[in-house]
Amino acid sequence: MLEIKQLHKSYAIGDSSLHVLKGIDLSVAQGEMVAIMGSSGSGKSTLLNIIGMLDEADGGDYILDEVPIKNLTEKKAAIYRNKFLGFIFQSFNLINYKNALENVALPLYYQGLKRKERQEKARFHLEKVGLLDWQTHLPSELSGGQKQRVAIARALASDPKLLLADEPTGALDTTTSYDIMAFLQQLNDEGKTILIVTHEEDIAAMCKRIVRLRDGIIMEDKKVTQVRAEAHV
Amino acid sequence: MFDIGLWREILQSINKNRTRSLLSGFTVTFAIMLFTVLFGMANGLNNTFAEAFVDDAANAIFIRSGTTTKAYKGMQAGRRIQFKNADFQYIKTDYDENIEFITSRIYKNVAASFRNEKNNYSLRAVHPDHQYLEKTQVFLGRYINQRDMELKTKVAVIGKLVKEDLFLKVDPIGKYINLSGIPYKVVGVFSDEGGDDEERLLYMPLSTAQQIYGNNDYVDQINLTYKPELDFNQAIDFGLDLEKKLKERFTVAASDQRAVRVFNMAMQNKGITQMTSVLGILILVIGLGTLIAGIVGISNIMIFIVKERTKEIGIRKALGASPKSIISIILIESIVITTIAGYFGLLLGVGILEWAEPILKTYFIKDPSVSTTLVVSATVTLIGAGILAGYVPAKKASKIKPIVALRDD
Repeated sequence: MLEIKQLHKSYAIGDSSLHVLKGIDLSVAQGEMVAIMGSSGSGKSTLLNIIGMLDEADGGDYILDEVPIKNLTEKKAAIYRNKFLGFIFQSFNLINYKNALENVALPLYYQGLKRKERQEKARFHLEKVGLLDWQTHLPSELSGGQKQRVAIARALASDPKLLLADEPTGALDTTTSYDIMAFLQQLNDEGKTILIVTHEEDIAAMCKRIVRLRDGIIMEDKKVTQVRAEAHV
Repeated sequence: MFDIGLWREILQSINKNRTRSLLSGFTVTFAIMLFTVLFGMANGLNNTFAEAFVDDAANAIFIRSGTTTKAYKGMQAGRRIQFKNADFQYIKTDYDENIEFITSRIYKNVAASFRNEKNNYSLRAVHPDHQYLEKTQVFLGRYINQRDMELKTKVAVIGKLVKEDLFLKVDPIGKYINLSGIPYKVVGVFSDEGGDDEERLLYMPLSTAQQIYGNNDYVDQINLTYKPELDFNQAIDFGLDLEKKLKERFTVAASDQRAVRVFNMAMQNKGITQMTSVLGILILVIGLGTLIAGIVGISNIMIFIVKERTKEIGIRKALGASPKSIISIILIESIVITTIAGYFGLLLGVGILEWAEPILKTYFIKDPSVSTTLVVSATVTLIGAGILAGYVPAKKASKIKPIVALRDD
């Protein structure tokens, strides 16, 4: 469902340019749960941003669900992001003046759904992450784990083909991290394709496949036996 | 298209970020309030000047005669100068191109009576043009006309207070009023903004008065208005020329101040008008300054708001917001705030003017007010400036790459 061939990306730094991605080949099938690992500067976040259409590659092909992603206008990129992708960030990125329900309903607003439908769907997803009772609370009234659950519910709301998580447990303690991972595993069991950028080995081990990046190329790409997070909670 | 979802988003954003909304609104409120107050005071000053000339036409010239104070060309000092109908005709014919209205005047004091009511009044015998010179408003019947002049009819036009004094509740039109023994038919009743003195007067045809009181062609005074097309300098030249010609006509020394006196309103109006226009320019500068200060304030706030919302914009974009929706949410929010704040500023400004009116009256500022059009256009200017000022940062915000916006600080 995701096909990447010879992906290149460089950033201009002053007069010189920094070659971050030096020809990445990656293909991810429906229902996979992939960890992208690498030290800082390895290009893992850049790769995720390109997959997430938040950034554009300089060269190479990127095909998502049989749609070539290239030379997108801002408007088109917005529509694709809304339709194909759900984002989960390290710092949650909830809108601080909106309550949990409104945050979850926001992508549905950009899908053009009616208010009633939005709220219904948002409630369904909040219930799924076990926070329906917290729907009227502002992000500032939630714990870190709860915030990330709201963010996951928001990412799920538009029913995306691919979930992209950038260090989803980076701001959480171990117990909460495993809790979130257990939930992501559960989503994967239900068939969601999930890509997780992380530098934590234990988190990577909870995925089904680990892709290691170093200096802009894939060093290693192997399938692993998934460690179930429930066992650690 | 009315997008209720967009409005809900905007209202929520305004409501939930109250400090930000209030602060940005305050600048606009303050600018519009200052603008209203300043313009209102300027208008008040103008009203005061306008009021001073409401009674008589502002373009009037009065010509009076007296006795000579200087010997000239073999004539002794102390000679009395008397205007006659011929002088009136001379001015009217020779200066026709400069004259709008012209009338002679004879003053008399009369004892008037109707049935049992009696009183003494001033009488003015005039030409029909006098009505326009004095801004007399006839609200019952008619004024003296050309036919009265030719036939020397015994008719009178009476002031509102004369009617109240003598006629009580009776309709005076067609009734005969007794003026020092001679009955005159009342043909009209007038009012005058000049006040009580001007309404306790009687008018009659000049020709009638000349025949009855002395059987001569003497007139006491000649009043005229110059054509409004004349600017102040032309009008002043006209007055000076008139004075010179009349002095020659009556063989009076050019330096004689008493024999022929020409009082020209243009002389005093020039000074006042100059002052008012200087005042107007000053007010305009202050008003524009206030507006510009407001515009600068709004621009700063818009830039600040976009900066503050960078992260939110990034999140919205990651969730699928199009650039257009980002621009509209920021711009419409600023328009809503500016409009509401501008309206408050207007209310405040008008309130202050109303409250200060009695105090201002002492300082010759009468009836300070601003036209709604003016304030609305000032507000619209501010909104327009807000849009312009907001558009650049909003456009920039819509171009923000979500990764940049979402980068952890």
